[in-house]
Amino acid sequence: MSCKLIFSWVQRQAKMFFFCIMLFVAHLKRTLVLSLILSEEKVTVYFINRDGRKITTSSAKGDSLLDLVVEQNLDIEGFGACEGTLACSTCHVILDQKVYNQLGPITDEENDMLDLAFGLTDTSRLGCQVCLSRDLEGITVRVPDRVNDMRRSDDTGPTL
Amino acid sequence: CPGLSHVNVQVDIYERLPVPFGLVRFGVAPDHPEVKNVINTFTQTAQHARCSFHGNVRVGKDVTVEELQEAYHAVVLSYGAEGNRTMGVPGEDLAGVYSAKDFVGWYNGLPRNSELRPDLSCETAVILGQGNVALDVARILLSPVDILKKTDITQHALDALAESSVRRVLIVGRRGPLQVACTIKELREMVNLPGTRPEMEASEFEGIAETLKSLARPRKRLTELLLKAAIETPGEEELERRNRAERAWGFRFLRKPLEVLPSTDLIRAAGIRLAVNRLEGDGEGVRAVATGEVEDVECGLVISSIGYKSLLIDPAVPFDARKAIIPNTMGRVQQTAGLYCSGWVKRGPTGVIATTMNDSFDTARTLLQDIGKGTLDVSTVKPGSQGVSALLEKRGVKPVSFSDWEKIDSEETRRGEIKGKPREKMLDVGEMLQVARA
Repeated sequence: MSCKLIFSWVQRQAKMFFFCIMLFVAHLKRTLVLSLILSEEKVTVYFINRDGRKITTSSAKGDSLLDLVVEQNLDIEGFGACEGTLACSTCHVILDQKVYNQLGPITDEENDMLDLAFGLTDTSRLGCQVCLSRDLEGITVRVPDRVNDMRRSDDTGPTL
Repeated sequence: CPGLSHVNVQVDIYERLPVPFGLVRFGVAPDHPEVKNVINTFTQTAQHARCSFHGNVRVGKDVTVEELQEAYHAVVLSYGAEGNRTMGVPGEDLAGVYSAKDFVGWYNGLPRNSELRPDLSCETAVILGQGNVALDVARILLSPVDILKKTDITQHALDALAESSVRRVLIVGRRGPLQVACTIKELREMVNLPGTRPEMEASEFEGIAETLKSLARPRKRLTELLLKAAIETPGEEELERRNRAERAWGFRFLRKPLEVLPSTDLIRAAGIRLAVNRLEGDGEGVRAVATGEVEDVECGLVISSIGYKSLLIDPAVPFDARKAIIPNTMGRVQQTAGLYCSGWVKRGPTGVIATTMNDSFDTARTLLQDIGKGTLDVSTVKPGSQGVSALLEKRGVKPVSFSDWEKIDSEETRRGEIKGKPREKMLDVGEMLQVARA
């Protein structure tokens, strides 16, 4: 265990060193710099949009699913209105059971906002709270439909 | 959308105030700045080459809806709900009685509420209604000023709250604990509000714990939190915290306002008379029925938070006075080609920002569908904002553009920075126009 810790510490120091070097090379485009440092750290994610279409994307390790959607400018209507601050439920996504189980515990604050999401499932999360790691390589993320008419007839809803 | 690739839609936005964003600016509580992040998305849209903002234009007065329809292929009414439902009880006009709409407008800098000067010299405030707006009002009344002073709350509200004598806020609803309309985030904020403790009657929660297992997740979590705050015996730390708290809040259920009781000089509110209800039916059909019993509560501040209401904007627009919405089918205004509506004026005044945003997307889709099908004729050339500008100029009305708003925005931000606030909102339309024209 401690060998792994030391090794990852060394890895991190090396990465920081390289990152500092890159900062001095300021004329390089941001994306080029990042992809040089992090090219082994990209995680591939498949989105299934509301219209059923599959979108293949990849993003840097550590990015949230919302970061990914924003960076890649994915065409998902109304996604991430509060910009990842746990003040809405528009980044609601549905994961596979196995992936859902892999993720850490959900905070009260995230659960509170998930309560407002339309079509909440047992494997729902807010995309802004799901951070990509190598373990999540190749996952499929489904973007569910939203409420689009009439007040909620099930007793789940906020009135204001 | 099929067949629309050749259509480049130009969208012009007309707004009565010189400043955009409506309730996101004037309704969302000052201590909820993240909820206002959606302004960034709105700003991006407003800055689109084919979108223009025209503030300081009163539709229905400076330009009629008919004139807009002559100038544009389609007109979308999304002017929300600026009225409020009244309690309709004697004493509602006494000093010390306010609608939540006006009270919120006061602390959020809505120009028409800048002179409200609510009297906060009493100990107890009663709020009618148990939705998120009611909880916002309770929270602003009881929040430590040290927290509020870092928000974009207006300075005059901050000063008044710093001098406030209000120590107890009752949030009163007609029905029971299972019918509260607020959401869990706002309830949790009350439970965690520094310097305050919950004070509720255990008897009002009889039988509630037994229903938990049959409730849907959101209602279940909300009710669990409510029960915890209301009747659970707190641990040692929490007990100590509550004993030290100088301010208290609580829900009261099954109470409906009958009359606001006047002070001896008959000028201001001194109390409120409430009818005691019981519940009949179950599930969705639960109704509050009067028992005949009556209860008086001493208080000097009464805030009714029982709902907003849309108003008629122009006599030429169909309006359902009973439901207080524009009669429509999927956003198409009935019997009026080329006229659409979205948001609260279409569906009624409920729903969070995301709900209303989705509804707007739906109306937009309907409109695009109509263009695609040919139901909305876009073949003729229409003058658009040029036509309207000519009318406005003749009438001495000078619109405020989005970049004019950005000058107001910069100035408000600059003034706020001096005080450690995100912005200091201008309260006077005249001042806004001055800065916009500078």
